[in-house]
Amino acid sequence: MAQVHLRKVVKEYEGGVQAVKGIDLDIADHEFVVLVGPSGCGKSTTLRMIAGLEEISGGEIDIGGTVVNDVPPRDRDIAMVFQNYALYPHMTVYDNMAFGLTLRKFDKGEIKRRVENAAKILDIGMLLDRKPKALSGGQRQRVAMGRAIVRDPKVFLFDEPLSNLDAKLRVQMRTEIKKVHQTVRTTTVYVTHDQVEAMTLADRVVVMNHGKIEQVGPPQELYHHPKTRFVAGFIGSPSMNFIPARLEEVGSGLVVRMTDRAVLPVPAARTARYAPHVGRELLFGIRPEHLTEPHPNEHRPSIAHFEAAPEVVEPMGMETLLHFWVEGHEICARFDPAVEVAPGKLAAMAVDMDQMHLIDPKTDLVL
Amino acid sequence: MAADGTLVAGAPAAAGSGRANTMQRFARRRSTIAFLMALPLIALIGGLVVYPAGYAMWLSTLNRRMTANIGLGNFEILLDSDTFWMVIMQSCIFAVGAVIAKALIGFWLAHMLHHIPAKGQRKWRGMLLIPWVIPPALSTLGWWWMFDPSYSSINWLLNIFAVPAVPWLGEPWWARFSVILVNVWYGSPFFMIMYLAALKSVPDQLYEAAAIDGATGWQGLRYVTLPMMQNIISITVLFSLIVTFANYDIVRVLTNGGPRDLTQVFASYAFQVGILSGNLPRGAAVSLFMFPVLAVFAYFILRGINRRNKEQM
Amino acid sequence: MSASTASTIVSYTGKKLGSLRSERRWALWTAYASLIVATIIFLAPPFYMLVTSLKSSSEISNLSGNPWIVRAPTLENYMELIANPLFRGFFVNSVIITLCVVAISMVISVLAAFSLARMKFWGSQALATGVFLTYLVPDTLLFIPLYQIVGSLGLLNSIWGLILIYPTLTVPFCTWIMIGYFASIPKELDEAALIDGAGWMQMLTKIFIPVALPGIIAATIFAFTVSWAAFVYPTAFVTTPEHMPLTIGVVSQLIRGDTFAWGQIMAGALMAALPPVVVYAFLMDYYIAGLTAGATKG
Ligand SMILES: Nc1ncnc2c1ncn2[C@@H]1O[C@H](COP(=O)(O)OP(=O)(O)OP(=O)(O)O)[C@@H](O)[C@H]1O
Ligand SMILES: [Mg+2]
Repeated sequence: MAQVHLRKVVKEYEGGVQAVKGIDLDIADHEFVVLVGPSGCGKSTTLRMIAGLEEISGGEIDIGGTVVNDVPPRDRDIAMVFQNYALYPHMTVYDNMAFGLTLRKFDKGEIKRRVENAAKILDIGMLLDRKPKALSGGQRQRVAMGRAIVRDPKVFLFDEPLSNLDAKLRVQMRTEIKKVHQTVRTTTVYVTHDQVEAMTLADRVVVMNHGKIEQVGPPQELYHHPKTRFVAGFIGSPSMNFIPARLEEVGSGLVVRMTDRAVLPVPAARTARYAPHVGRELLFGIRPEHLTEPHPNEHRPSIAHFEAAPEVVEPMGMETLLHFWVEGHEICARFDPAVEVAPGKLAAMAVDMDQMHLIDPKTDLVL
Repeated sequence: MAADGTLVAGAPAAAGSGRANTMQRFARRRSTIAFLMALPLIALIGGLVVYPAGYAMWLSTLNRRMTANIGLGNFEILLDSDTFWMVIMQSCIFAVGAVIAKALIGFWLAHMLHHIPAKGQRKWRGMLLIPWVIPPALSTLGWWWMFDPSYSSINWLLNIFAVPAVPWLGEPWWARFSVILVNVWYGSPFFMIMYLAALKSVPDQLYEAAAIDGATGWQGLRYVTLPMMQNIISITVLFSLIVTFANYDIVRVLTNGGPRDLTQVFASYAFQVGILSGNLPRGAAVSLFMFPVLAVFAYFILRGINRRNKEQM
Repeated sequence: MSASTASTIVSYTGKKLGSLRSERRWALWTAYASLIVATIIFLAPPFYMLVTSLKSSSEISNLSGNPWIVRAPTLENYMELIANPLFRGFFVNSVIITLCVVAISMVISVLAAFSLARMKFWGSQALATGVFLTYLVPDTLLFIPLYQIVGSLGLLNSIWGLILIYPTLTVPFCTWIMIGYFASIPKELDEAALIDGAGWMQMLTKIFIPVALPGIIAATIFAFTVSWAAFVYPTAFVTTPEHMPLTIGVVSQLIRGDTFAWGQIMAGALMAALPPVVVYAFLMDYYIAGLTAGATKG
């Protein structure tokens, strides 16, 4: 087990495409780090550089105290789980798991012990004699993980391991992966574009965009304290509403003014933080879950009330999503399904201004 | 090399050229192994295809005893001889006639095979491919025997239907026909198999969609099957044109060029002139006449394959 | 009124259905009729060869009866041939040549295909195209310069000359289809092997060859049939009977103008054709996969 450090790592593909533009990342021993980001942001490239499958164009990668830039994959002591599992189709499950050990000349007894141990952890003991073709998607996924576990490597690398599974199985395997990590405690780097996976699995989440790291932090921190507009919009589903607004001073407090009819007071606690920006055109950000029906027993001063007529109402079962437009900007609110709302009819809403964000549109940083 | 290093390192110049060089060494090592693995192939193609091709060109400019260079003399002599013009004509008749017949028969049979229930297809396909499996030099022996002037078993069958005996290999036009017939017999199964593979790759939904759009069977063939198979049809036809154009076995066994050199094709004539009469340079010149034709066909095949690859991506 | 409309509709659809069904049936009959006719024509020559090979010389020379049937079947032609050392020599030559050529071809083409499909090096793309073009070069284009080259190596009238030259017939196509098969193996599979600690050679022998086994079999069958059936090169390079392989041996040595050796010729041809036919009968699917791979893969 080991720490992993990335220092100013750059990947430039032939033809000049910079897929990764100099990232720094320190991963602690036993840590489970998830890389998320939109498609094409360089997650896989980063992971593959750690694995040694892509050459590093610049910077340094250090695994367990050695710089591995020039070390071929087999000597990096890492194991990887691929999206399509990459099981050897001509080998049985047992041989698939044993292959890496056989090539490393482990003795037969040790191989058997390790494979059986991994099979027990993953509950695939009865599949050991089958070929991959005779396995279901979830079983293949387990075998792929088993192949990584038996190696007992310094680092586990996962590249979207769950995206070939159906929704139900994905949730199940997610739990499974978490369980395995809690058992074997191997340092793990996990790539996904599914933020739910990221939030549920990670000790720390790394949000990437356009080949750069936007923010690194524990899931709750990313949710509550995004540093950039990208992270604010990327984390959370449905994603945060952004409305252009002007920050104004009214009496001793501040307000955000979107239109003349939509003016919301800024909580007193934030006055000092926002004071330097009074008079500027900013972006007001609020998550749908903080834009709800009014609760009669809720009397915090930070709750602001207003009315709007939703144009689209989407009942989701556990919640109802309301969409309405302010100044041409779509806004989504999240209501309790018990509240009756109808499209086109005014509904009373409550905003939790303690959860608001203000974003500087020039730098895209959250203030 | 130094220039290479800076080029590859590009933006992250800070990383230093030392690193870039080690990485390059890895890349280079890998391509060295790759090159070594391909080396036997390169040696084979270089030594036994490219070199002989160049050698043939040089050879064709020599005189009979290979003592003097006579430039294009061999080609001139050939173009002046009636026999050679006959060879050109016969080669073209043979290749074009045989390929058209093979393509049509192959297409028809592939269609018929495609239409019978899938269970029986394997059996029929297995039997129909037999002519292609037997080495042609050997099966042609069988045909030769069936064409035998006095013991022809085909003529015996024709006599039953009161058709007069046919001088299969004795008369020039009949001999030409016979050579084509044997080639068609041998080559049709190949077309059939290729077309069948192509037919099977056309998704059934397309036909269903066409049928719902009101297409009749013929229109389905015309607007769905043919366009979908166009590429494979042209590749197969061109490929077969090359092979048929350069055919030797059948002519050698069946007529050996006769009667009176009238069924001689390029290959058999080159053999006759070059090996049997011992005029290697002129034989090489005869073979080389095939080259431009084959090159044109090869160009179109390559284009077809590239296009096909693009479509599949 | 309404009843009559209903009945016309019923009869109309009924007729329509009936015609559709009869159309289908008619198409099926056409299909079967065509296939039967084609099969008879396609199989007639080998059948007639078989019939002839079972006849004695006297029966062959007898013009009175139906030549397509055999009245007094005899294995004497086969026996004589098997007893004939020359014919046995042809057979042995063919076997040696074919085994060597298949082995050489497979080694060259699998190595090259792996390198071209996966590793890439400067010029590898051009080489792949070159391989395909070489496949399009017919044997009759180059046999004269090759005759000179083989002659200068002192390998005329020797099976080694043929073993040297035959790979030009087999390797390009085998390489081409192996490139196709190797390219269809997902890239993650070699990456997994790389991480598992395999070197290039181990990756080839432990992963690529087993996974692409159907392709290997198809290519082997191709190499086998081509070198067994090769005709131009042995005809040009070998004139001494004891060095001839079967094809040219049967064609040139069993024919003696004056006698009715037809039974023996046919028996010889059939026995010579047997190995490829047997391979075909047992491995038909691989055979056909290899045949169609040239145009549908790569
Ligand atoms: N071999 C390559 N050559 C050139 N460019 C490449 C190559 N591989 C990836 N890229 C480019 O690098 C960028 C990052 O790719 P990468 O595969 O890392 O994205 P990703 O974040 O994993 O996306 P996804 O979620 O779609 O898997 C993309 O713009 C991609 O087009
Ligand atoms: Mg990816």
